[in-house]
Amino acid sequence: MRFSGFRVFKEAVTGHAGWRPLWRNPDPQPGYDYVIVGGGGHGLATAYYLAKAHGKARIAVLEKGWLGSGNIGRNTTIIRSNYLLPGNQPFYEFSMKLWEGLEQELNFNAMVSQRGILNLIHSDGQRDAFRRRGNAMILSGADAELLDAEQVRAMVPFLNFDNARFPVKGGLLQRRAGTARHDGVAWGYARGADLHGVDLIQNCEVTGFRIANGKVKGVETTRGYIAAGKVGVAVAGSSSRVMAMAGLRLPIESHVLQAFVSEGLKPTIPGVITFGAGHFYVSQSDKGGLVFGGDLDGYNSYAQRGNLPVIEDVAEGGMALMPMIGRARLLRVWGGVMDMSMDGSPIIDRTPVEGLYLNGGWCYGGFKATPASGSAFAHLLATGTPHPTAAAYRLDRFARGHVIDEKGMGAVPNLH
Amino acid sequence: MLIPHPLLGPRDSQEFTYLGDAGLLNRPDGMAAGAEAAFHDYVYLRDNPAGVHRELWFHEQGDRSWLVVTRNTVTHEILGAELAREVALRGQEGGQ
Repeated sequence: MRFSGFRVFKEAVTGHAGWRPLWRNPDPQPGYDYVIVGGGGHGLATAYYLAKAHGKARIAVLEKGWLGSGNIGRNTTIIRSNYLLPGNQPFYEFSMKLWEGLEQELNFNAMVSQRGILNLIHSDGQRDAFRRRGNAMILSGADAELLDAEQVRAMVPFLNFDNARFPVKGGLLQRRAGTARHDGVAWGYARGADLHGVDLIQNCEVTGFRIANGKVKGVETTRGYIAAGKVGVAVAGSSSRVMAMAGLRLPIESHVLQAFVSEGLKPTIPGVITFGAGHFYVSQSDKGGLVFGGDLDGYNSYAQRGNLPVIEDVAEGGMALMPMIGRARLLRVWGGVMDMSMDGSPIIDRTPVEGLYLNGGWCYGGFKATPASGSAFAHLLATGTPHPTAAAYRLDRFARGHVIDEKGMGAVPNLH
Repeated sequence: MLIPHPLLGPRDSQEFTYLGDAGLLNRPDGMAAGAEAAFHDYVYLRDNPAGVHRELWFHEQGDRSWLVVTRNTVTHEILGAELAREVALRGQEGGQ
């Protein structure tokens, strides 16, 4: 079933009787060549690229709940490629390019909207740092513009430019960044994978790995044993729990990050605005809600909900930056569980168990990485070698001293 | 969250900063054989359990004591707190 304007028109005049479910709901087979654990954005994208780009067959995605029930449904939908370090930036720019062609690729409306992201500058030191970052972005093939205060004022006149502590002195703008419809991304990849013969198996929780002589043979699940040639784990938020079943300890802590949406308002905010100094960022959804967030709660958590102190902190950041937000009423607050890695960067690598591969440690940057993460993980599973843009995301980089620490924080996962 | 401080009674968790797993009290011996691998595990690897977790909190806005708080990471329920100093001394005596 292909989506097209003609199809929409045809269904409109025939009573919408022709729409069908977007994917099958198969029972698990006894075995597969590739088993992907985790039916979120990254797992579904991995299965899609394994089947589509690498021509692999006999692939299953195992999901303990429903497809897209984890962080792909809990993020703040921002896509961007504005990183600094050579281990990171080419990967995220690769992701950005995949976003730009995603809807044609998937024949699915993921509502990718390149409305721009503006990182605010408050001091000379910060301007120097952002100029350096912008240059790194341009070197990777991305776009970046350094704006002065007047250019920022013309773009977003409602900011509090004369805040005593953090006056707005300019900004780093990436125009190709923006937002995408998070659920649509999961559904688009799920449908694409299903069309290429991938079995998407829901309500199927992995409860253990069957490992013999250091090699993975299959996975134990709530729907029975499933043999597997290779197993790829893409369960960010729960990576430590799942990999513990294979006897691995990871350089990861799970933390809760809260997000917020206001009631629907008329168009107000043109793109994404980040106020890093005040622990606040905001965009406006197509439905009109102001979508915003801030810092982690800061303690280990698997609760998918946070506590009031951070809600207050985020609200204070919002009021400091754009006082008009005080007139908007908060509609919802929710939390997601983040795989906070020890250097703030992800892991896409094989593990000491042969045939078992890990995709995790996405901190709070997993959504924007979805296409590249799936593509790179599929490349690793299919070829046994890392994708060129993801070659630095090794599991053993901490032991080798090759950490990718964008913020220079050290091994303090709740500060990345 | 309210943390039951052993000296001060229930205190708002906002008064504290968080460090992480209480296993960080057991710093490896830098002179021992295999110290490099032991420090890698100490600095970077975590059990990260879903459930009961013993963790270090610093009463930064209070009496500046370090506590070992026992807390459930799934429900945020706090099950107890003791002075990290006492836990560490007990560990040195071969307890724990």
